[in-house]
Amino acid sequence: MFLLWIAIGSIIMMFAGLTSAYIVRRMQGNWEAYQLPTIFWISSGVLILSSICLFVASANYKRNNYSTYRNFLGITLLLGIVFCVLQYKGWQALMNVGILLSDQTPSGAFLYVISGLHATHVLGGIVFLLIFWIKSFKLPYPQEYPNLGIDILSTYWHFIGILWLYLFGFFMYYQ
Amino acid sequence: MANMHQDTLHNDLSHDVIHHDADHHEEGHGHHKESFITKYIFSQDHKMISKQFLITGIVWSLIGVFFSVLFRFQLGWPDESFPLLEMFLGGWAKGGKLDPQFYYALVTMHGTIMVFFVLTAGLSGTFSNLLIPLQIGARDMAAPFLNMLSYWFFFTASVLLFISLFLQTGPAAGGWTVYPPLSALPQANIGSGTGMTLWLLSMAVFVVSSLLGSLNYIATILNMRTKGMTMMRMPLTMWAFFFTAILGVLSFPVLLSGALLLIFDRSLGTNFYLSDIYIAGQQFTNSAGELVQGGSPILFQHLFWFLGHPEVYIIILPAMGMVSEILAANCRKPIFGYSAMVLSILAITVLAFLVWAHHMFMSGMNPFVGSIFVLFTLLIAVPSAIKVFNWIGTMWRANINYTPATLFAVGFVSMFISGGLTGIFLGNSTLDIPLHDTYFVTAHFHIVMAMAGGFGMLAGIYHWFPKMWKGRQMNDTMGAIHFWVTFVGSYCIFWPMHYLGMTGVPRRYYTDEYFNTFNMYENLNVFISVSAIIVFAAQLLFVINFFYSAFKGKKMTTENPFNYNTLEWTTPIEPGHGNWEGAIPAVHRGPYEYYKDGHDFIPQTTPDSALK
Ligand code: HEM
Ligand SMILES: [Cu+2]
Repeated sequence: MFLLWIAIGSIIMMFAGLTSAYIVRRMQGNWEAYQLPTIFWISSGVLILSSICLFVASANYKRNNYSTYRNFLGITLLLGIVFCVLQYKGWQALMNVGILLSDQTPSGAFLYVISGLHATHVLGGIVFLLIFWIKSFKLPYPQEYPNLGIDILSTYWHFIGILWLYLFGFFMYYQ
Repeated sequence: MANMHQDTLHNDLSHDVIHHDADHHEEGHGHHKESFITKYIFSQDHKMISKQFLITGIVWSLIGVFFSVLFRFQLGWPDESFPLLEMFLGGWAKGGKLDPQFYYALVTMHGTIMVFFVLTAGLSGTFSNLLIPLQIGARDMAAPFLNMLSYWFFFTASVLLFISLFLQTGPAAGGWTVYPPLSALPQANIGSGTGMTLWLLSMAVFVVSSLLGSLNYIATILNMRTKGMTMMRMPLTMWAFFFTAILGVLSFPVLLSGALLLIFDRSLGTNFYLSDIYIAGQQFTNSAGELVQGGSPILFQHLFWFLGHPEVYIIILPAMGMVSEILAANCRKPIFGYSAMVLSILAITVLAFLVWAHHMFMSGMNPFVGSIFVLFTLLIAVPSAIKVFNWIGTMWRANINYTPATLFAVGFVSMFISGGLTGIFLGNSTLDIPLHDTYFVTAHFHIVMAMAGGFGMLAGIYHWFPKMWKGRQMNDTMGAIHFWVTFVGSYCIFWPMHYLGMTGVPRRYYTDEYFNTFNMYENLNVFISVSAIIVFAAQLLFVINFFYSAFKGKKMTTENPFNYNTLEWTTPIEPGHGNWEGAIPAVHRGPYEYYKDGHDFIPQTTPDSALK
């Protein structure tokens, strides 16, 4: 658990590096402003919802309501996948209005790389969710530290959610 | 939850120990049976992992140093040809002369290998792994499995870079700092092709390895100290490794993001770093036929040096920690100013993040911004000076026990002073204007980082050798010869470079012959090259001593024949997995109680009641 917190620290540094590069580059001019497509609002909502579901799932797990746990975990998983699909749609929408990865100005490239890197972290979380969901069918089984896994998963997932909200706000502010 | 996690491990390992006690097996044939593979290859024992890091590091250092000897041949004797070179290097040394392309490749590989693979992985990886559990009193790292992964990621990174040495187009050749646009455009230079791709992959894997390692070091130091081992009772090595790990965790991800953008520029047609590029007089266009515009190569420099400067402290802090420990232990005196030492490591760690742009004074930055970086840069001299003062204070009037480790530790202090002083020259932006990218910089960082870091590492190897190789010690006479040749030789190599630099000789040039302003140093260059060859030979002596002693060296007969205070000398001569056979000893005092109240030394495990 402690390891996860330090790992989160270093993920934060990676995004801090990228977003500050973004700001520095934007100040140098020759920057094509973009409008974030509405899909990103929806995807943000989906991600928040998924966090709430995971929260409920975890609470139920701790009260040994394993079937409710499994259901909410499943919903979280689904919402996570939906989020990734929506991000993809969002990128497509941006491409359609001419914000390209490879262009004369790098605003689009920054947007794609940063949000893409975030989506990769979400994918990592999805894999975790999937493993937990599959294991949940076998519950209850003896575990030495029954809460550790779900706590790590929750912390990571909520972190990824908050990270996205930060990035979303960041993109809106510094278009 | 952190505690729970720790408990799991404790439980796990105390099983081991009970088992040991039962059948007096030292090799850790606990409840998991150890085969050759789990013991020597995929080992999770921190001591074995440490040896893996060390051996890999030694192999890399031989390659890296050998490369520098190769290009010193070119610099020392630019007109001569060496048929032997052609025999070994084939097309890279046609007619016995190094190909200019290959010269750049050698310089780049030398820098990358020495900075990352030897002085980061080889130094910090070896000693953090070896000493953290032994000195804080833990059975192993917080997460032994991640620890093993950390080594294997490093190994993978090594393999990737090693493969790139044999490419037809050669390895990366844009300098260890891989500045774009040169590194971003495969068309620009053959070394920016596949070699550069492998460099980036290797670095990405290396960063993962370093992060896994650092996570473990931090978690272990914070959570797994034995009873009585408060933070302020930890040996200074522990503080140094702790802050090194923090630096690594916070700065390597930024390098990773910089490298990521570079990978995108290279392969996906983005232009984060590219703008208005001309290659061989032709304007460069992307795959769509458009001009490439809008990127900023300076951006890369910011991202790179945001890691790059902390990186130099990632190298030097562990060396500082080990030197402090070795000096106190062999001067038989308490370290001078323990808490000042801790605070100055802390100050260095914080400041290390605030000075990166001193590498970029010449990149066209706003002079006002530059002056802020001058201020922070010069501030770093304060904690550095405190440390130097304290080392000298520790040695002052001491009855020094001149083991090879002590010699190298004293050498470290000398190097650190000489190189730190030239840092103050460079840290002033006005002075840096003529000195930037000259041999003055090369001299500065080799003395303060490469030599000091290398001396710290060697000191550590000599000092803790018995803890790695079943209680065997290295040969002292060979060690002393190794030290004196290396010490004098290193100054002979790098001191004259200051003069070259002050007259403007640029670094990284293949030859200076064609420039009237600085082609008068032939003899000096020969002198430097000869010194380099001699120093290289002395390292071979060290390698012989190392491997000979590992198998045939004199064996310690008791646990603590040198009367040291710290916990690693309370473990059995050949500690098994789990380190202590019985319970982990509790700690009652700080690590540096030498020559106190009429006692020559008081081990950390001695309770006050035992002193009467
Ligand atoms: C008093 C402390 C120090 C000051 C004021 C200082 C200042 C500087 C400055 C201003 C430069 C840039 C020179 C240029 O490129 O024009 C530089 C380069 C460098 N310094 Fe230091 N330095 C100090 C200590 C150190 C230490 C302790 C290390 C390593 C352990 C170190 C390693 C390096 C390296 C590796 C470079 C060159 C990197 C490259 O361009 O390839 N310095 N230093
Ligand atoms: Cu620096």
